[in-house]
Amino acid sequence: MNVIVNGEERLVPPDTTVAGLVAALDLPSRGIAIALDRVIVPRSLWASERLSPGAEVEIVTAMQGG
Amino acid sequence: MPFEPLVKTGRELSGEEVTRYARHVLIPGVGRDGQERLAAARVLVVGAGGLGSPALLYLAAAGVGTIGVVDADVVELTNLHRQVIHSDADLGRPKTESAQAAVARVNPHVEVIRHDVTLDSANALEIIRDYDLVVDGTDNFPTRYLINDACVLLGKPHVWGSILRFDGQVSVWWKGHGPCYRCVFPEPPPPGVVPSCAEGGVFGILCAAIGSVQSTEAIKLLLGLGEPLTGRLLVHDALRQSWDTLTVRADPECPVCGDEPSITELIDYVEFCGVPGAPAAGEGAVPEVSVRQLVDELGGSRPPLLVDVRGTEERAIASIPGAVPIHLDRFRSGDAWGELPRDRRVLIHCKVGGRSAEATRLALRAGYVDVANVAGGVIAYLREIDPSQPEY
Repeated sequence: MNVIVNGEERLVPPDTTVAGLVAALDLPSRGIAIALDRVIVPRSLWASERLSPGAEVEIVTAMQGG
Repeated sequence: MPFEPLVKTGRELSGEEVTRYARHVLIPGVGRDGQERLAAARVLVVGAGGLGSPALLYLAAAGVGTIGVVDADVVELTNLHRQVIHSDADLGRPKTESAQAAVARVNPHVEVIRHDVTLDSANALEIIRDYDLVVDGTDNFPTRYLINDACVLLGKPHVWGSILRFDGQVSVWWKGHGPCYRCVFPEPPPPGVVPSCAEGGVFGILCAAIGSVQSTEAIKLLLGLGEPLTGRLLVHDALRQSWDTLTVRADPECPVCGDEPSITELIDYVEFCGVPGAPAAGEGAVPEVSVRQLVDELGGSRPPLLVDVRGTEERAIASIPGAVPIHLDRFRSGDAWGELPRDRRVLIHCKVGGRSAEATRLALRAGYVDVANVAGGVIAYLREIDPSQPEY
């Protein structure tokens, strides 16, 4: 199925979880937040929360600057 | 959703003050009562830097009666493209002193309390306890987690903003009213992965965009106005000129504000966030050479290969002659091993030695034997060997 990751379409296996997507994109598991359809998914739900077809995924990276 | 103002009772205003704040007093919802409560308000601004500059100036102009400023740094030349509370004449001056003077010029009715310290686990609760809320404009992950945890433990609102290059993020974290910082980012990125503004740069004007949202939210919280930014994370991209609103819910499993928190007192935040290139268990510190040793070795009969792991833009400001550029990312991916000789001594440098320590450690793990980190990096080289090139 296709999902949209930071504005770009991407093919992922059906029933991909947030944790699965993070692994597939080779992202660090720390210091990022994932929003599904504009709602941040808490880290404790990454392993269980599944992406639906066409889901809009936004990856937010923590920044330290001020 | 209506909420109680943080400041319940005000301080009576003089006639001059009423005139000064007249354009506020005229706004329904602020009024004389709101302005009197602002005069009684106490706000702590952590970091008199990029975000702290507009926040301090606007909070002072708005008539927040007491403003605490936490900063242990002095004003440096690299600060002035964005830290508009400081000026050229303030170079070398403690930032809290410079900020105090600037606030006095804007509004003599504001009392500034200087905290010339680095916020740490030993002093944070004591300092924050005396204020209604905290505006977080600090420049490093350990202090951000420290402020978050301290605010959760004290039940104070944490008006948070962060910036890098053209991107900004801003929210209000407040236990009991919404999520905290750790509900979104339970842990920081691996050390060294996300650059600081000193390494990666920052678009100066971005500070105004994010810092002004923080000041707006602070005043709304003090007066109980409108809808606070709790439960929403604003993600700003100055290049697209976009503001995305992401919904954030409190995580029941959050390590600090969740139902069964594992963090119930302040911890060691430097250790928690880690140090780039820090040794793993069983590893010692990486070998180091000083810049003077470096120059001696480069002038010797069997000169080592000098590697610069910084980015192109950094190298364009200042560099050590003869250094070969191999970016730190290529050490992390392993691509560097194709370019790095195994039969020649290798010295590695960056800006001040942190990133090159990581590269040196990665090379040692990859089986390189004769490799060392240049302590102090190109900045030490500029100060001790070649002051003709600019620092950054």
